[in-house]
Amino acid sequence: MKIAVLVKQVPGSESVLPILNDETWVDESLVSFIMNPPDNFAIEEALLIKEKAGEGEVVIVSMGPDRVKKTIKEGLAKGADRAIHLEEDGQIETDPLSISKSFSTVLKEENFDLIFTGLQSDDTGMGQTGVLLGEMLGYSTATLAMETDVQSDSIRVKRELESGWFQWVKLPMPASISIQSGLNTPRYPSLKGIMGAKRKEIKSIPVSEHRVGSKMQTIEKVFIPQTSKQTEMIEGDADSVATRIVEILKTDLKVL
Amino acid sequence: MDNLFFTNEHIMIRNMVREFADSEITPVAQELDELGKFPRDLVDKMGELGLMGILIPEKYGGAGLDMVAFATAIMELGRADASVAITMTAHSSLGSLPILMFGSEEQKNTYLPKLASGEMLGAFGLTEPDAGSDAGATKTKAVRDGDEYVVNGGKIFITNVGEAGVLSFTSQVVENGENLGIAAFTIPTNTEGLEIGPKEKKMGWRASDTRQLFFKDMRIPASSILGTPGEGFKTFMKTLTSGRVSIGALSVGTAVGAYERALAYSKEREAFGKSIHKFQSVGFKLADMATKIEASKLLVYHAAWMKDQGLDITKEAAMAKLFASETAMEVTTEAIQVLGGYGYVRDYGVERFFRDAKILEIGEGTSEIQRLIISREIIKDVQV
Repeated sequence: MKIAVLVKQVPGSESVLPILNDETWVDESLVSFIMNPPDNFAIEEALLIKEKAGEGEVVIVSMGPDRVKKTIKEGLAKGADRAIHLEEDGQIETDPLSISKSFSTVLKEENFDLIFTGLQSDDTGMGQTGVLLGEMLGYSTATLAMETDVQSDSIRVKRELESGWFQWVKLPMPASISIQSGLNTPRYPSLKGIMGAKRKEIKSIPVSEHRVGSKMQTIEKVFIPQTSKQTEMIEGDADSVATRIVEILKTDLKVL
Repeated sequence: MDNLFFTNEHIMIRNMVREFADSEITPVAQELDELGKFPRDLVDKMGELGLMGILIPEKYGGAGLDMVAFATAIMELGRADASVAITMTAHSSLGSLPILMFGSEEQKNTYLPKLASGEMLGAFGLTEPDAGSDAGATKTKAVRDGDEYVVNGGKIFITNVGEAGVLSFTSQVVENGENLGIAAFTIPTNTEGLEIGPKEKKMGWRASDTRQLFFKDMRIPASSILGTPGEGFKTFMKTLTSGRVSIGALSVGTAVGAYERALAYSKEREAFGKSIHKFQSVGFKLADMATKIEASKLLVYHAAWMKDQGLDITKEAAMAKLFASETAMEVTTEAIQVLGGYGYVRDYGVERFFRDAKILEIGEGTSEIQRLIISREIIKDVQV
């Protein structure tokens, strides 16, 4: 069983987020980065599957500038076997299609049985990379897995639907699956894991070897939402006041 | 790099222990303290993570790490709960190091793998009712009888011993009627003739296990001895300097735990229309706390780093332990002051750090003994 886990490094929830003067992104030199929390569950699920099978390989795959090596090492310290680092220079790519193309360029030779991602990243939160990559590689895909059950050449996955509904789906392998947070308890890296991570392979792929084509999506502007307060006094008899309230709820607030 | 003495691995260890302490220890710390309950399941979890065998070499199943790694782990545990931290610290330094440094290969193979995994806890008995700071006044006596020693006497204030599988202790050694001086022995805690008293009721470190023990005609094989009697004692006592660095680290953790709570409270609490942090009397108090903590941390890491370089740290370990423990007492006292009445009630958790701090000025050499050591060391350097 050969499992890739796509891991992203994102700003920590307690980090400052100073916006660059050109308003295209945040000033990364002042941001403190952590492993994308949902990816922790994806790593744990991959490790559990490997341990249950008693054989196999878990490979951390991450894209980003040199700083992401810290996050890669965390994954290796938890027990992943090796890592692939898709290097980036300058501003990081945010277009999920371009990101998926890079991953598919590098990963198509690896022939993974499973590719796991967290449900979404805590920075841009698009939740598309796993599915796009799966499609590009011709894998079956599923999202929001709450439980996995690996069989000989397929995997059963319990998916979370809306309104408290669930669905069991059976996917032929290879498959690319996004993992819902909370389905397991991610382990801490042990001291032996931390020291052992130094000796594990991190294969670096220069940007020229994975970036293909032009991007379909760019960020126009990053900004902090302005909060504002508006008060409308509704006057008149009960009927006209009620009519106006219904109108506000329907058209302005769109809650009816 | 956020610390002069850290490698990337030290940072990862620090982050791991902090995450573990925040998620697993802090939520139960108040309850453990209140009930005086030994944290057995936390010890098991720390064992799985390798934290019970930080200093034990890999060939005996440990992590084989250095004193800087050990110090950072203790600080992070102490920041959450001093009782959990001292359990790990006493086990790892005094409970395991004498066996590692002076044990025979057989003793090492018997005990170290179990100590490293946390499956077995280690304890060390030095203090006696009439031999505390003056360890040379030890009255416990081991009299040679053929292939055995017969031990009589007792020890007090022994950390972990009620939960431990192995005990090292110091004793006078008498062979053929001649007193050979003091030596150390290592025995399993189920040895006949070893009687372990009830758990002491303490002001702080309430969840940790501290007991008195008695040796009553306890017969142990002659091979239980660690090193050689008399000559070895001074060298043996020198190994205790590592213990001073670890109490220094625990002092930093204790101070940081109280300081962080006081700092957070000072931002939230408002008086006279503004957060109390903006009043100079509170802001300056916090500035002093932060500065003393930083100084303590540097002294502790520097002593740990020197030890890792193989240098003599008699003076540095004493300075680090002295300054850090007195800082912990000051900072925890001031933290209560910042919280006012809330600091005095148990629900806010700051008074626990205050109660846990006092012992730091006493255990593993009182502040007075540290000053004695430092004064002797500094005078050595004066050429007249």
